[in-house]
Amino acid sequence: MEPALPHRMTRLARKLQFSLNGVIIAIPFYWLLIFFLVPFVIIFKISVAESLIASPPFSPLFDIAHNGALSVHLVFDNYAYLWEDSLYIKTYVNSIRISTISTVLCLLLGYPIAYAIVRSAPTTRFVLLMLIILPFWTSFLLRIYAWMGLLADQGTINNILIYLGLINRPIRLMYSEFAVHIGIVYSYLPFMILPLYANMEKLDHTIHEAAADLGARPFTTFLTVTLPLTIPGITAGSLLVFIPATGEFVIPDLLGGGNVLMIGRVLYNEFNANHDWPVASAVAIVLLLVLVIPMMLYQHIQSKETNG
Amino acid sequence: MSDTLDHSDRPWLDPDTAPFIKVDGITKKFGGFTAVDQVDLEIFRGELFSLLGASGCGKTTLLRILAGLETPTSGKVWIDGVDITQLPAYERPVNMMFQSYALFPHMNVAQNVAYGLKRDGIPKEEIVQRVGQMLTMVELSGFSKRKPHQLSGGERQRVALARALVKRPKVLLLDEPLAALDKRLREQTQFELMRIQEQLGVTFIVVTHDQEEAMTLSTRIAVMNEGRFIQIGPPTELYENPDNRFIASFIGSVNLFAGHTLTRNNDLYTIALNKHDLQCQIEHTQHLDNGSPIWVAVRPEKITLSTTPLAGEGLNQLMGTVDDIAYTGNLSTYRVKTQSGDIVEVTHPNQSRSRGSQLIADWDDTVYLHWTSADSVLLSE
Repeated sequence: MEPALPHRMTRLARKLQFSLNGVIIAIPFYWLLIFFLVPFVIIFKISVAESLIASPPFSPLFDIAHNGALSVHLVFDNYAYLWEDSLYIKTYVNSIRISTISTVLCLLLGYPIAYAIVRSAPTTRFVLLMLIILPFWTSFLLRIYAWMGLLADQGTINNILIYLGLINRPIRLMYSEFAVHIGIVYSYLPFMILPLYANMEKLDHTIHEAAADLGARPFTTFLTVTLPLTIPGITAGSLLVFIPATGEFVIPDLLGGGNVLMIGRVLYNEFNANHDWPVASAVAIVLLLVLVIPMMLYQHIQSKETNG
Repeated sequence: MSDTLDHSDRPWLDPDTAPFIKVDGITKKFGGFTAVDQVDLEIFRGELFSLLGASGCGKTTLLRILAGLETPTSGKVWIDGVDITQLPAYERPVNMMFQSYALFPHMNVAQNVAYGLKRDGIPKEEIVQRVGQMLTMVELSGFSKRKPHQLSGGERQRVALARALVKRPKVLLLDEPLAALDKRLREQTQFELMRIQEQLGVTFIVVTHDQEEAMTLSTRIAVMNEGRFIQIGPPTELYENPDNRFIASFIGSVNLFAGHTLTRNNDLYTIALNKHDLQCQIEHTQHLDNGSPIWVAVRPEKITLSTTPLAGEGLNQLMGTVDDIAYTGNLSTYRVKTQSGDIVEVTHPNQSRSRGSQLIADWDDTVYLHWTSADSVLLSE
């Protein structure tokens, strides 16, 4: 008899296990490959084409001549154009500036809120968390329209201020950077609070007591203990707010109008108003690089720090 | 200090010694729940004082009130003659070693220990020197660059101890300092704690639920239950002269026989056991009416076991059969069923190595239990 039968069976089981692990990893891997990488490649392809009045409105990448020779058609004019026309650089800078300010505002508002939720009684904590998540159950677009109603010249806020006699005539709230900040902070605050909450919840509260016991005043405790230990939450929350806010289209379009230049609106205009798909694609690719390169640098530095 | 009697080891016996820590009528309520109920306590300089009790008895709350992490509902706390009741934790001359150790996870060992000194604005060279000294004392000199997650439980415990002691507090509060360690390490660390406490002369207050730990460590123990002190005294006093049944059965194990008083001659009461045909005479200082219900408490190691009846002056004897034997190496515990059906525990040291001779009786053997009246305690409550 073959004594190694059970052994062989475990080997088979291990093999099966291995392939099962492979399948589990493969599903999200191919999902990302298909639904992220493929569109990205298409956008990149369009960005190196020439604008045409045709359908589709850009030149093909590969061309087969009458003699059968294959020619590859690559044009980097669109990228050069973004650099030459100051509008684009100005818009990128403006987008980053606006989303930076909004991210900082979200952090300043979200940090104490997350801290208060973590420190509240378990039953209250659940209610507070639900209140943070509740707005997601209504359409994002609808909530921005609601803000238009609140901020308009004849809107709720102005009417209340006039009724209270604090102002004589409506102050201009809509179609300003102020309105855009309100829109971004309002929409993205939960994305700041939730990672901060998850981070703070894991902290052992007794370390705050230990700091106080060792002579640290509350503010010193915050600076030396709480803040360093919540940096992962601050980073995650800030990225979750900053990245989508930079490319935001709906908020600057509806609340900022023509007064606030953000890259999302420029991109939309290039596609829809100008029908210049190649330039629009180049705008999208540059935006992606602007957002991804600092993140990769940050990750690189962080992994160096943890290993070093 | 008194001239005739030297109480330097037992300052609580000397009426002239002022207490170092004074707890005066402290009550702490959490909503409708009273965690600490009107307690008074005096602790002297250099004591290693234990607060002993089951979980939820209020001992940790009392410790946290001393640390300033909890505000008492009423009452006052003095340390070294200063009323510190209203002082916030960061201004008190006390430090605490937390049960979870509460080490700062983002700082290495040296930074953890230096944290309290930095808050006091002590010069950098002195911080380095004092941290080095402390780490040497807890035998962690080579570990200063490690992070807490790179340490074992015992090492973390010593970092926590060093961090709490480096500021040279007037009082060190220790919340279940050894609970997270395994048995062997715990016993080793007990003696380590006593060595450090003697070396530094700092007053230690230890919260523990482990009566053996409290007995080993302490100069005095306060046993707590439901927010109150049941008895305060040195380990021997709690063990040999418990005030009541709670203390007698909480500290070590005890056999309790229900009985009643018959007659009194000065402090010597003649009592009769209710379920056994036995009368004995026991000393008791409090006044009890004739016929009062009482309990006679006898520790298992104070009872001797024999297979034949013995006779002697003042010797109490009960007959029974061996119900169970538990051999634990150094001792054997016999559970003897008396004629009335009560179980009496007797421990017997296994002094001889030879096989079989450790057991003086076997299962179901008829045995006789003896103890002298002087070794029993009369309890009225």
